[in-house]
Amino acid sequence: MSFSTVMQQLMSGMISTISIFLLTLLFSMPLGLAVAFGRMAKFKPLQWLMKLYISVMRGTPLMLQLLVVYFGPYYVFGISLSGYSVFAATIIGFSVNYAAYFAEIYRSGIESIPAGQYEAAKVLGYSKVQTFFKIIFPQMVKRVLPPVTNEVITLVKDTSLSFVLAYAEMFTIAKQISARETSVMPLFVAGIFYYIFNLVVAMIMGQLEKRLSYYK
Amino acid sequence: MNLLEISNLKKSFENLDVLHDISLSVKEGEVVAIIGPSGSGKSTLLRCATMLETMDGGSLTYLGEAAVTSDEAGRACYAPAKQLKKIQGYFGLVFQNFNLFPHYSVMKNLTDAPIHIQKRQKEEVYAKAKELLVKMGLGDKADYYPCQLSGGQQQRVAIARALALNPSILFFDEPTSALDPELTGEILKVIRQLAEEKMTMVIVTHEMAFARDVADRVIFMDGGYIIEEGDPREVIENPKEERTRQFLARFSS
Ligand SMILES: Nc1ncnc2c1ncn2[C@@H]1O[C@H](COP(=O)(O)OP(=O)(O)O)[C@@H](O)[C@H]1O
Ligand SMILES: [Mg+2]
Repeated sequence: MSFSTVMQQLMSGMISTISIFLLTLLFSMPLGLAVAFGRMAKFKPLQWLMKLYISVMRGTPLMLQLLVVYFGPYYVFGISLSGYSVFAATIIGFSVNYAAYFAEIYRSGIESIPAGQYEAAKVLGYSKVQTFFKIIFPQMVKRVLPPVTNEVITLVKDTSLSFVLAYAEMFTIAKQISARETSVMPLFVAGIFYYIFNLVVAMIMGQLEKRLSYYK
Repeated sequence: MNLLEISNLKKSFENLDVLHDISLSVKEGEVVAIIGPSGSGKSTLLRCATMLETMDGGSLTYLGEAAVTSDEAGRACYAPAKQLKKIQGYFGLVFQNFNLFPHYSVMKNLTDAPIHIQKRQKEEVYAKAKELLVKMGLGDKADYYPCQLSGGQQQRVAIARALALNPSILFFDEPTSALDPELTGEILKVIRQLAEEKMTMVIVTHEMAFARDVADRVIFMDGGYIIEEGDPREVIENPKEERTRQFLARFSS
């Protein structure tokens, strides 16, 4: 099997990997904000529920979570969903897991904003919603960018966990080719791909940080 | 009619009674200085007046419009949200540590609330903001960010930000306490100028000479009570109460 055929097969895997990555960010980042709000809510039961959710998501293996998300509906509830694909399960599993991590990062970011910011906004007449979106949120984004970057980089590598559902992303394909051809070359190429992917991610996040460095 | 009328204000935190039956009224154009030792409840009084803290008892009225009324038992009852929102526009507050919005330029700090909350015309708001910055000696700092300014400059931006909303009364909570001594003068000068323009102000301060020279009335607070109040010269140079005398003795050196 030629190098170019291997590359071709890996390429389709790369696209799947990038899709998992982008869709997970798209869903988990806002979901994380919602979870963070729930976690900080005055309504205690909601607070406890979110605490439990976060601790389960962080305290159990992501691989196991993916399996539960995919097989759970059928084996636990006996529901068989038509059109429920491995891809959908992968995106849901990753999003729900990463939302928990993002929630805790956002929460610490929000809680680090001095009370004086809220007070100044209140006296100037900003509503609670305006205060959050105009004053608190932008400052939070700047503060959480370094820990968010860490999570995003971890996510690039974690996408490979979807091999447990045999979803045809980069790592799953590399493993298959590798076994078939009895060669480590595909795995090596995959490794290089993850590395370059992360270099790009780190560069983009670095640019973002730079862009927000106009104030302290 | 008094611009600000506070009657029988009571406030406690958990079991700690911080304000006992404080009554205070301020007339239009009047400058009132509040002095007193740390922990005497000065900030809490301003925070109740500016609705950053909720009062437990008593009433609060601006320009004849009630924000808080007291029921038969003296408990504080707040007006509906709509009324409070309107009253919110009557006053401004300058904090000890400025609390500027760090992600906004100086200009945006001044103009964001007038444009988006008061819904005023952009041109008018910008013109007014520029005028205020010039008045504060910051005419060339419109595009700076707070972190690029000295403490004294930041506090002047904070004063301009409060004034940009055209409040009827401005509260100051120790506006110079977070500043290096050589920077306090520039803030006191600005407040003095506002006093000359008949801006109604309530100023918590430890600058006794300033209070004596600028205020129309001085209030001495201790332990959550108003111990003595009156003409600045009388209160500061010739206090009647023993506690006032003890407190002022610390500043006489
Ligand atoms: N949020 C709060 N919770 C509990 N105690 C408070 C709070 N704010 C102020 N206090 C207490 O109230 C008293 C008066 O405080 P403050 O109004 O800040 O005094 P001052 O401004 O005169 O120094 C102090 O004993 C202070 O510890
Ligand atoms: Mg104070």
